[in-house]
Amino acid sequence: MTKITFVDYEGASRTVDAQDGSTVMENAVRNGVPGIEAECGGACACATCHVYVDEAWTEKVGAPSSMEEDMLDFAYDVRPNSRLSCQIKVRPELDGLVVRTPERQA
Amino acid sequence: MTTAAFEMIETDVVIVGAGPVGLFAVFELGLLDIRAHVIDILPKPGGQCAELYPEKPIYDIPGFPVITGQGLVDNLLKQIEPFQPTFHLGQMVTELEALGTPEQPRFRVVTDAARELHCKAVVIAAGGGSFQPKKPPIAGIEAYEEHSVFYAVRRMEALRGRAVLIVGGGDSALDWTLNLQPVAQRVTLMHRRDEFRAAPHSVEKMRALVAQGAMDLRVGQVTGLKGADGWLSAAICRGPDGTVFEIPCDAMLPFFGLTMKLGPVAGWGLNLHENLIPVDTEKFEASTPGVFAIGDINTYPGKLKLILSGFHEAALAAQKAHRYVYPDRKLTFQYTTSSTKLQRKLGVA
Repeated sequence: MTKITFVDYEGASRTVDAQDGSTVMENAVRNGVPGIEAECGGACACATCHVYVDEAWTEKVGAPSSMEEDMLDFAYDVRPNSRLSCQIKVRPELDGLVVRTPERQA
Repeated sequence: MTTAAFEMIETDVVIVGAGPVGLFAVFELGLLDIRAHVIDILPKPGGQCAELYPEKPIYDIPGFPVITGQGLVDNLLKQIEPFQPTFHLGQMVTELEALGTPEQPRFRVVTDAARELHCKAVVIAAGGGSFQPKKPPIAGIEAYEEHSVFYAVRRMEALRGRAVLIVGGGDSALDWTLNLQPVAQRVTLMHRRDEFRAAPHSVEKMRALVAQGAMDLRVGQVTGLKGADGWLSAAICRGPDGTVFEIPCDAMLPFFGLTMKLGPVAGWGLNLHENLIPVDTEKFEASTPGVFAIGDINTYPGKLKLILSGFHEAALAAQKAHRYVYPDRKLTFQYTTSSTKLQRKLGVA
């Protein structure tokens, strides 16, 4: 199991066990992590699962694809470490990953 | 406000929502000789399939190993053609009033485009609710929504001679930039990056106008608003390098796509459970007799939010709707493969 920590905009954090191959968004939804809406259910079509990847992890997580970049246009307060959590696949190297959720998705 | 002249329409059933499930309801009702009018807030039929993922493949439609969202919508439109449904697009149902009796219900359905429909049953196939423009969560933005911040352009004239800031990088943002550039006093387009999703020829036109000095393009994001009494005077923005600057403007048009909101459904007197409409699994009828809820908007034990579940729900709801529309007619179950009657309705016999 790979551990992922979600930190909300007020600084409260929660760590969940994630199955490799699942997406970061799926784990947020399954564990009722607030701040992730995932309106479209993971089709990279809504930008309501926007997260900020902790600076220490941006390199390992990687950059968004061009389709994801396009979708990020719909998110608010996009920063260089912004990603859509439905597009981050959990894998063993991401054990300990920290992502921050924005105050509001939309 | 003066009341616009209402257009009155009489029909059998009103379907709220033109997504795949609403469209298939036209088919199932049509086979039972029930005429339907379909209302949707989007300017085109197809709902989420057409709006959110037209090009994305769907793998779990029975009989189609793979089909795109738009492909499914196109096929459904073709399939329901024989029943000639009337579409009322680009409008939202604001009121649903139950008249009549539980045994013989009647309904009055009103849209925000001043249409009034009277019918014997209502099928709510509204998915996640109505698509509405996403509002960027900028503090205090609501205060400007009457005079200065608009999520859609209803009348271009209202923006004549004004300093307009358009925010976004898709087709809506680019189209309105090009349309308003000759009308506004000055148009500024702001986008978070110097790349645009919009159609390349619109982007080229926009860049040409910028090169001529006829409009401005800024890269950045709006973080705050300045103004008084509901009128905007400037937008506070942050560039990609973190620099903060202001753009003077008295109108702002943010185009951040659409989001689904339950919307007026909550005010229709139906029992709701977590923004969903509880229904039985025999007729998919809501707490008000004659109102059916099918597709993603309903809930019942074991509900799966799948298009195929919605299709099944449409077929069963239609059976019960038949009783409301034709209380004196007996309904005999028939197959399209063998019934000449049904084939005649489909225009193939």
